[in-house]
Amino acid sequence: KNDYSDETIWMLAVRDTRDRGAFAALFDHFAPRLKGFLIRGGASPQQAEEIVQDVMLTIWRKADMFDPHRAQVSAWIYQIARNRRIDIARKENRPMPEALKEEPELEPDASQILGLEQETTQLKQALAALKPEQREVIEKAYLGELTHQEISMQTGLPLGTIKSRIRLGLQRLRHELKDLTQ
Amino acid sequence: MSAITHHVPDAILASYAAGSLPQAFAVAVASHVSLCAHCRGALEAHQAVGGVILEDTKAVAVSASLKDSILAQLDAPYTPEPVYERNGIFPGPVMEVMQRHAPRWKKLGMGVRQDILSADAHGSVRLLYIPPGQAVPDHSHNGLEMTLVLQGSFSDETGRFGVGDLEIADETVEHTPVADPGAACICLAATDARLRFNALVPRLLQPLFRI
Ligand SMILES: [Zn+2]
Ligand SMILES: [Zn+2]
Repeated sequence: KNDYSDETIWMLAVRDTRDRGAFAALFDHFAPRLKGFLIRGGASPQQAEEIVQDVMLTIWRKADMFDPHRAQVSAWIYQIARNRRIDIARKENRPMPEALKEEPELEPDASQILGLEQETTQLKQALAALKPEQREVIEKAYLGELTHQEISMQTGLPLGTIKSRIRLGLQRLRHELKDLTQ
Repeated sequence: MSAITHHVPDAILASYAAGSLPQAFAVAVASHVSLCAHCRGALEAHQAVGGVILEDTKAVAVSASLKDSILAQLDAPYTPEPVYERNGIFPGPVMEVMQRHAPRWKKLGMGVRQDILSADAHGSVRLLYIPPGQAVPDHSHNGLEMTLVLQGSFSDETGRFGVGDLEIADETVEHTPVADPGAACICLAATDARLRFNALVPRLLQPLFRI
């Protein structure tokens, strides 16, 4: 567990013990990045701060939805930020998949959590190795600036291993998934 | 679950993750992901890419008071967002668009019925009810059409689609989906432009039914 990244340790402390110090650490790490990210995505600085506030409060309130077997903290926060941005920009709720609730008695699987962190690090390295033009296209896509037609023309990202890693996390939820089909 | 063979293409999942997919298609994708562990895993992988980009974004200093203001609100009461849960054959995202109502079917002829859940200049989301053996009127598309099977199955020129399968058709596809024998086929259909029916009568009916 001590091998987890700081972000994961903070987020689990927020989730499991409502740790305000850990929440403050998450704020210090993510709030300025979120602001930069939202401004790059076209928000005004003031709008960006409003969304940062919404996102940080959502992190606190929905902490129990965070599952380190399936998502890095940054991925989870990315998704929350995208949703808030769309809700505000389009004035409509973004449709979300049904949430999967983890069975409470499941023990955390450290190898799965660390494996996902490793995959994400490799993904990060793969992104860093791209030519600047390529990297810019990918960034634009995930900032929401490209249509799916434009995205389908971009060069593929190496998502294979991270996909299977996340599916491993999903397999932990087999029981819930079985319920879904009944 | 394992029976699903037609999934969301990667570019569309990325677009959904990034929030750039039009609302009508976002409903179809969120509904498919609610039924499909394969696409849920792939979607979460795209969110991981988004997370890496967020992590790497150059920080911009926030106002000095923001942190204290947020910390002061942690215990404040708030209204949780409504949670839409699956009801029968309808996944949560469909329940959200239906606002928890039962479908309000309108007859389209030949036993085919539809319920337009939402429609505006950008696209439409509707439910289609097709009796076994019956065809959806012959049509072509101005834009993209996503059809998610919720009950029964249909077949067309491109293959067979059962519960959870998502068919994606564009301008190049002219198809005639026919409900397979057995249970009536109920689908969610999302379009970003009006469908054009090829037969004369359905075309006349189009404005009437807002297809
Ligand atoms: Zn799928
Ligand atoms: Zn069609």
